[in-house]
Amino acid sequence: MSAQQFFFIVTAFVILFSAMMTVLSHKMMHSALWFVLALLGVAVIYALLEASFFAVVQVLVYVGAIAILIIFSVMLTRKAMEDTGSPVNKTWVLSLVIVLLTTVGGFLAFRTWGALKAFPADLLPVHYDIGELGLALVDPERFALPFEVTSILLLAALVGAIYIAFGRKEDNQ
Amino acid sequence: MTFIADPITFITHWLTQLMGGWGWSATLIQVLLNILGSGILVLGAMVFTTVLIWAERKLGARFQDRPGPNRVGPWGIFQTIADMLKIFTKEYITPVGADKIPYNLAPALAVAAVLCVWAVLPFSSTVFGTNIGIGLLFIIGVGGLGEIAIILAGFGSNNKYALLGAFRAVAQLVSYEVPMVIVLLIPVMLSGSMGMNDIVAAQSVPFIVLAPIAGVIFFITLIAENGRAPFDLVEADSELVAGYNIEYSGLKFGFFFVADFLHAFTSALIFSTVFLGGWQGPGVENAPILGFVYLLIKTLVVYFIMLTLRFSLPRFRIDQMMNLNWKILTPLALFAFMVTALVNKLLPAGNNLIRIGGLLAVNLLLWFITNWALSRFITNQPRPVVSGARPVAIGEKKTVVKEETSA
Repeated sequence: MSAQQFFFIVTAFVILFSAMMTVLSHKMMHSALWFVLALLGVAVIYALLEASFFAVVQVLVYVGAIAILIIFSVMLTRKAMEDTGSPVNKTWVLSLVIVLLTTVGGFLAFRTWGALKAFPADLLPVHYDIGELGLALVDPERFALPFEVTSILLLAALVGAIYIAFGRKEDNQ
Repeated sequence: MTFIADPITFITHWLTQLMGGWGWSATLIQVLLNILGSGILVLGAMVFTTVLIWAERKLGARFQDRPGPNRVGPWGIFQTIADMLKIFTKEYITPVGADKIPYNLAPALAVAAVLCVWAVLPFSSTVFGTNIGIGLLFIIGVGGLGEIAIILAGFGSNNKYALLGAFRAVAQLVSYEVPMVIVLLIPVMLSGSMGMNDIVAAQSVPFIVLAPIAGVIFFITLIAENGRAPFDLVEADSELVAGYNIEYSGLKFGFFFVADFLHAFTSALIFSTVFLGGWQGPGVENAPILGFVYLLIKTLVVYFIMLTLRFSLPRFRIDQMMNLNWKILTPLALFAFMVTALVNKLLPAGNNLIRIGGLLAVNLLLWFITNWALSRFITNQPRPVVSGARPVAIGEKKTVVKEETSA
């Protein structure tokens, strides 16, 4: 087992465990913190794949911004800090069966797929160049359209946030 | 490669040959040397912090016209070591109802987040932790870990004041990241790379000359990210006790303390690397060790300016702090970014006088326009008076009662 495989297995288990604890924690705040750990684990996976840009962006955007936003909203939610109810509802048996079936089915289906067992090829120096990524994002032949569509999604989110935050006129009077 | 000109590379070569002579594999030697190097870097940073704490206390005392630490050793230079010994022996107090794991994780994470930055900073042309292609983004990214540490401390302490302090601290950090990131795009644009080594190598003319507005905004946001005066609202002891770290005692409090001082010095280091040319200086091609000296001098000058501001300015109110960020720094950063991008493309490439002069002129023009607009805004909008003037207290003259004194 190479060092890369060792780190991958350890990280994968950490991600899976923290993802499970995100759902199973009794306190909402703990869920948010486990979620942060899962996001950090994904950043480590990116780093193992030599995608250093994505690893850092994962930390910057998800841990530095989104996770903090989630933690803020959890902390400001009424009584969320003392919430100690059961984290699962009645359908947990059904969900477990579905998840197990999907996992086993996926395992059986992908077992014979050769690409899974092959190691990823080493990246060429050109792949480390962030400029390539930037050019690809604005090239009409490649990813310009998805990139712009994503920005419309963000705009919609922004408008929605302003609508929620902006007090209605009739309420003020 | 002589020992005098470049000692670190010399020692590395010597160690590699020594261990190669023992028949160890090249990978193992590389891993061992990396561990050794990062260990020395981290230890050096931590030991250097003890000197920094003394220097800051002594200088702060001089600014405020008092002697400062002067008992332990000459000029009190061993005061920090005495404080360290004291803090080692103090009791750890865990508050009732504290969340153990976040509570204990927070101090370590706070220090780690600062030390992570040192991994990508080039100390001379040959000595650097690692040269990843996205060094600048990495520096901003690990700042997010520091925010998580503050939240963990505020939440884990089970204390309302700690929680409020954490809210304030994180709100400030997240807000000031916006102009900081915009402004950092300008060095990236001018050097054509996000790697710290490339940014330093591109600065035969320091970027503070090419983009002075960006430099000033970056400097202000760095102080704000530190949470130091005039941005020390986190530590507003009259309102918030002492922020997110009130429930910590002993070495755990010491961790936050070290993180704070180390963060201040690291900020000065980042500023001199990104805007003042890092290790660039006369004669570094022949003797890379000189680059280390240049970087240290530049960093200490920046650090001294930071201290001057810290000890001479009063604290902002929270609305003033937010107004400065969102209404002045962010729009100015956006304008500076757009103007620099445009002028940089229009003028001929390379470090010629036309390009340097053009960028400088455009920056100065933007500066004067901002200054003019702000002064007009201030004169047209007088400060709202919240309450009327207080009546002046006039001491009543009381006559001495003769009978009582004589009796």
